[in-house]
Amino acid sequence: MSTQTARRATPASRDELVAELRAAGESSAAVRLSGGATKLSWGIATGSEPEVVISTAGLDRVVEHNAGDLTAVIEAGAPLERAQATFAGEDQMLALDPPDGGATLGGILAAGDSGPLRSRYGGVRDLVVGATVALSDGTVAKAGGKVIKNVAGYDLAKLFCGSLGSLGAILEVAVRLHPIPPSMVTAVGRSADAAEVAEAAAALAHASLEHMGLDVAWRAGEGRVLARFGGTTSGPQAEAAAAVLREHALAVELADRDDALWAEQRDAQRARPGSEDLVLRVSALPTELPRLMAVATDHSATLVGRAGLGLSWVRVADPGAAEGALAGLRGVARTAVLDVPPSLRGRLDPWGRRDAAALVLARRVKEGFDRAGVCSPGVVV
Amino acid sequence: MSPGAGPAYGEGPPPDHEPDRPRVDLGPLVAEWRHALGAEHVITHEHQLRTYESDGLLQYAVTPGAVLLPRTTAEVQAVVAACHREGVPWVARGAGSGLSGGALPVADGVLISLTRMRRVLEVDLPNQRVVVEPGVTNVAVSKAVGPTHFYPPDPSSQIVCTIGGNVAENSGGAHCFKYGFTTNYVTGLELVLPDGTLVQLGGKEIDPPGLDLLGAFVGSEGTLGIATKVWLRVVPKPEAVRTLVAFFASTTQAGEVVSAIVSGGIVPGAVEMMDNLAIRAAEGYTGAGFPTDAGAALVVELDGSEAECEARFEQVVAMCEGAGADSIRVARDEAERDVIWTARKAAFAAMGRIAPNYYVQDSVIPRTRLAEVLGRIEELATEYDLQVANVFHAGDGNLHPLVCYDGRREGEAERAEELAGMIVTVCVDAGGSITGEHGVGVDKKRYMPQMFNDADLGAFQRLRCAFDPGQLANPGKVMPTPRLCGEVPGPYRRHPIEQAGLAERM
Repeated sequence: MSTQTARRATPASRDELVAELRAAGESSAAVRLSGGATKLSWGIATGSEPEVVISTAGLDRVVEHNAGDLTAVIEAGAPLERAQATFAGEDQMLALDPPDGGATLGGILAAGDSGPLRSRYGGVRDLVVGATVALSDGTVAKAGGKVIKNVAGYDLAKLFCGSLGSLGAILEVAVRLHPIPPSMVTAVGRSADAAEVAEAAAALAHASLEHMGLDVAWRAGEGRVLARFGGTTSGPQAEAAAAVLREHALAVELADRDDALWAEQRDAQRARPGSEDLVLRVSALPTELPRLMAVATDHSATLVGRAGLGLSWVRVADPGAAEGALAGLRGVARTAVLDVPPSLRGRLDPWGRRDAAALVLARRVKEGFDRAGVCSPGVVV
Repeated sequence: MSPGAGPAYGEGPPPDHEPDRPRVDLGPLVAEWRHALGAEHVITHEHQLRTYESDGLLQYAVTPGAVLLPRTTAEVQAVVAACHREGVPWVARGAGSGLSGGALPVADGVLISLTRMRRVLEVDLPNQRVVVEPGVTNVAVSKAVGPTHFYPPDPSSQIVCTIGGNVAENSGGAHCFKYGFTTNYVTGLELVLPDGTLVQLGGKEIDPPGLDLLGAFVGSEGTLGIATKVWLRVVPKPEAVRTLVAFFASTTQAGEVVSAIVSGGIVPGAVEMMDNLAIRAAEGYTGAGFPTDAGAALVVELDGSEAECEARFEQVVAMCEGAGADSIRVARDEAERDVIWTARKAAFAAMGRIAPNYYVQDSVIPRTRLAEVLGRIEELATEYDLQVANVFHAGDGNLHPLVCYDGRREGEAERAEELAGMIVTVCVDAGGSITGEHGVGVDKKRYMPQMFNDADLGAFQRLRCAFDPGQLANPGKVMPTPRLCGEVPGPYRRHPIEQAGLAERM
């Protein structure tokens, strides 16, 4: 069955969504949850397609914004951008900035997507303090709470982060927020020497500077290191970082209007519209960065990444180079296949080799939650 | 819940202890383990077993059938596999400093102490990772990566508490408002599952493919398996740290400063508050020079870049003055900072000067409800004719009310427990949680239904049963009522990746 023939349901309420999911469970119809439909190729190995696509578009409210508590409760289908606009009214943000394009909070959570703010604030798993989910037998359950510190019960919200809909549907999440710094300045260092770029980034990752973003970019033999600072003294902080970059022979400039620089970093984590781009996410050690850059160069690919974390995104424009690039990266570190062009669908193993015992355990967990076995079968487990 | 539903203290095991299961004669197993672990690492003498009958929560005591002290992952595996084979329940224990009875033994089972597994296996500073065995103490991790780096979670018991215990409880500490909890720093775990199999979740790298079982395991209070190796992320030490303690006439005034800090967009490394009773206890114990007539003490610590720290610190001082602080003491050096922190961290231990016994709560409230909740606690204390001291992590609303009582007086322990239960209810009703960092254990499981309905608890049980269908791992903890695992998972189905020939079962 192909996506063209999948039935699309857009429930208008939580109850309707739960009923759709239960009905699918009862009739053993494979289900995919869809938010902004921006990451539908992630984790899809063989082109096994759902019979029902359930959209979360009808669940789009920002339910609570508790500014004084730095928390919010948001329905899964709420677009991140709209939620951020609400929080910005109180100079706050959800410290989550994956490439956007209309992505919903539920989709970002289910995909475990992240952006440059990850370096300072952690990933979506680190920002979610509670979740309400629906399961394929019609159960609605919540875990966590809506306070930022809470250890009562199992942390099921984290389990649903990155689950790509394989356990059930996320209905609502509670998140912790952070203040938006009063000013931000980015120090940008440039070099055509991959080793210099990597060394400069590593030096900043170990410096006693409190950056709110530390990224690298490498494309066509040109490299950049970006270090962003916020607060009431972002200028002097960025100057300190600039000094470190200069010590490593990079050409440095400071940018106080830096949004475009960071948007470019985020955009490079996704395929360009209408392109044949393949996007791969590499979970590496920070010290492996030079090897990843070399693989990217060999396959005319671009790389952006969180230098201090070891997370990188490699974008391969030429489908002919895709398999070579993937094999090259997997020779260095675990690599997940994210955006896949139509010509490569079903040809790439989305996750690579995994620990067999962990896979068996993951399967038991999936069977425990998705008793009907209908939620994105085969996508993650 | 109805107040006072729990056990009177000192009466041994709590009710609802665990599902009925046939008691296994441990004799043959003990012989097997003496051979595998060495006789001196299998404890069966009554008086030695007594050492392990309680954890940090002394109100509960159960003597285990045996205590085992494995040294290696293989030994842990052998012990757990034998328990699985024979149907013997077990409880894992680190330093035993937990405050919720999470490491309370089971009488018909064994206690597995991980304190002999205390090697730091690897320090990889270039990648800001440390790999340790579970018995390594919290403070030893920071020591291993200092002076350039540190490990942020810092529970008050950090000198003795172990990383394995921190993983089980998702430990926090004074600095978690800014830096987060254990779960934010664990990147990998090697686990012995309750059937004895070994599994690795994650590793040094973040975002590995697959379900985030790591995130589900951290904070599971020893009910899903035993961590035998832990990969941790460490971070660079901040360039500057500035600490002050300000004294106010009331906790309401001190609370206004916390609100001003938060709405001013400042994220302090720590914000801690103590009320008058806690100040008096701490002062009597440490002699830090805190004024004993102050209604509240507020400790604020900022860290980060020198420039930002300095600028923000001035703002905080102005906020304290604006809220009418009677005095402000700024730590001029590391020694003065230590004095402030010693007074704060000694608050629990110092309570012995106020009352012969006390009961610590660990509830959380939305920070903005602080004044209202403290008012309600005061009313309740008057009603119950008991003293309640308050020490709390003010940034994240984690309260530690200490209900003081004298166990020698008829009925006072029961009254204290009832009051403690009422305080939990007030916090949950305010939109909070029954526990912020101490865990549910045996102590708070009866409050779980206040936060979670049957469906929620059922979802927890699904996770539990996926890891431990026989429910031999730390039975009787976390869940308010024992439940059996339901139907066994369905028949094995081939994964589509396998069908496509892209992967195979390894």
